[in-house]
Amino acid sequence: MSWDEMSPLLWEATGQTALMVVWSTLFTVLLGLPLGVALILTDRGGLLPSAPVNRVLGLVVNIGRSLPFIVLMIAVIPLTRLIVGTTIGTFAAVVPLTLGAAPFFARLVETALREVGRDTVQAAQAMGAGRWTIIGKVLLPEARSGLVAGLTVTVVALISYSAMAGVIGGGGLGDLAIRYGYQRFETTLMVVTVIVLIVIVQLVQTVGDAVARRLTRR
Amino acid sequence: MIDVSGLRKVYRDRGREVVALGGVDLHVRQGEIFGVLGQSGAGKSTLLRCVNLLERPTAGTVSVAGRELTALGEADLRRARQRIGMIHQHFALLSSRTVAGNVAFPLEVMDVGRAERARRVAELLELVGLAGKAGAYPAQLSGGQKQRVGIARALAGNPSVLLSDEATSALDPGTTQSILALLKNLNRELGLTILLITHEMHVVKGICDSVAVMRDGLIEESGGIAELIARPGSRLAAELFPLPDPEPGSVTVTFTGRADEPVISEVVRKFDVDVSILGGALEEVAGVSAGRLRVRLTGGERAAALDYLTGRGLLVEEAA
Ligand SMILES: Nc1ncnc2c1ncn2[C@@H]1O[C@H](COP(=O)(O)OP(=O)(O)O)[C@@H](O)[C@H]1O
Ligand SMILES: [Mg+2]
Repeated sequence: MSWDEMSPLLWEATGQTALMVVWSTLFTVLLGLPLGVALILTDRGGLLPSAPVNRVLGLVVNIGRSLPFIVLMIAVIPLTRLIVGTTIGTFAAVVPLTLGAAPFFARLVETALREVGRDTVQAAQAMGAGRWTIIGKVLLPEARSGLVAGLTVTVVALISYSAMAGVIGGGGLGDLAIRYGYQRFETTLMVVTVIVLIVIVQLVQTVGDAVARRLTRR
Repeated sequence: MIDVSGLRKVYRDRGREVVALGGVDLHVRQGEIFGVLGQSGAGKSTLLRCVNLLERPTAGTVSVAGRELTALGEADLRRARQRIGMIHQHFALLSSRTVAGNVAFPLEVMDVGRAERARRVAELLELVGLAGKAGAYPAQLSGGQKQRVGIARALAGNPSVLLSDEATSALDPGTTQSILALLKNLNRELGLTILLITHEMHVVKGICDSVAVMRDGLIEESGGIAELIARPGSRLAAELFPLPDPEPGSVTVTFTGRADEPVISEVVRKFDVDVSILGGALEEVAGVSAGRLRVRLTGGERAAALDYLTGRGLLVEEAA
């Protein structure tokens, strides 16, 4: 395959990967962040302790994390149809990607928030701060560099999950590598695709690290 | 100003009951610095955290500035807490906020407007001597400076009471002195009532007017410092003047505020006794000097000599 033949394929696939990753990152944060906060709040000694709620949330998160992504992708097809209206294509892949990454991200959020000292939270309580003020002005800002680090890991995981989206017609770089590189023995294209993926992951990690470092005030 | 009565706190720790407070009464008067002294695990932090209800007591009542906090609902309690300052051993500052941001936090909680907030923050930083550090982050400050930020933050709501949980325990001796001096100053200038807990005698010695000695969740003795020292069998005095256990027949004389009167030589002259000194210590407490002398009195009119010393207002304790 010549470069002129590969180029449009690569651009299209990169665009599809970007689309899947950007949208699923957005929904992962919208779903995972509140879930992570809820895990911390309902924990023993938390701001709104509730053992039953905490256990149920923990179970949901663990189930989400233990399902292999490929199984999850097939299993949520009915849900995808309900939300997106179709079960194949790039947008259809956003649903399983989000459901796969949100529990993972929620755990990372939980870990990051746990790093905020009890001392700090209690100092805020002693000043008369309510629950929502503490979440918004103490927990999240104090944990922000850990949250960014968690988000970076999640985006990288999403890039790798998205490589499987070819199964439901989502396209993307992973799909390209499989269809051309593996099935049609276009080794060059496969190598180039892999290089593009590596570069993207490196880029995400570097930017994420830099932002996290900038936010650290310790 | 702070009234605590019948305070009990029982923790349930993996099925085991830990009695952190076993029935504590405490009365802190308006404008005084009240110290709670005790070893680690005595229940001091639990007591302090029960005063602003960070910890819900198992039984008992707490009133601050005439309001019974234990009777308040959550919203009222939050409002009451805004008028009770608290400072912490490890400062508990927000690392993601600047010094000014940290001091502004309680003002934000109280919904103080932006302009008024900026004015108050500047005023408070000036008060604690950190006017030049408004834009610094806590990580860039020394321990003493961090505690000054903590103090400025605690004063933001114009509190009537300041609670201090081992505020100087993480600081070196020189810095400790400067923080204690600042607290004493705030107490004098603003009439701020301070309840502080500490395991360090020198903190009590340095700035407290009254003290409670705490052990195993109970207050063993409490009162004005000079008054406590003059009380027979006082634990405070025993800790303040660390003399070895008295030998049989020895006499321990404790005095406050009269270190320069020649009582011993008077006794020797008037009652013809021999005095040998076994040990002694002199301390400056609550602004007066206090001391304890362990002596052996022999010969002459020994009993009359001891009566004379008691008559001069000294505490005389004779070891059996
Ligand atoms: N949250 C808690 N759960 C169980 N036990 C506790 C808790 N907090 C304090 N305690 C226990 O209560 C006792 C008093 O603790 P504390 O008030 O911290 O003492 P101090 O401040 O004098 O060192 C200790 O035996 C401690 O182990
Ligand atoms: Mg303590």
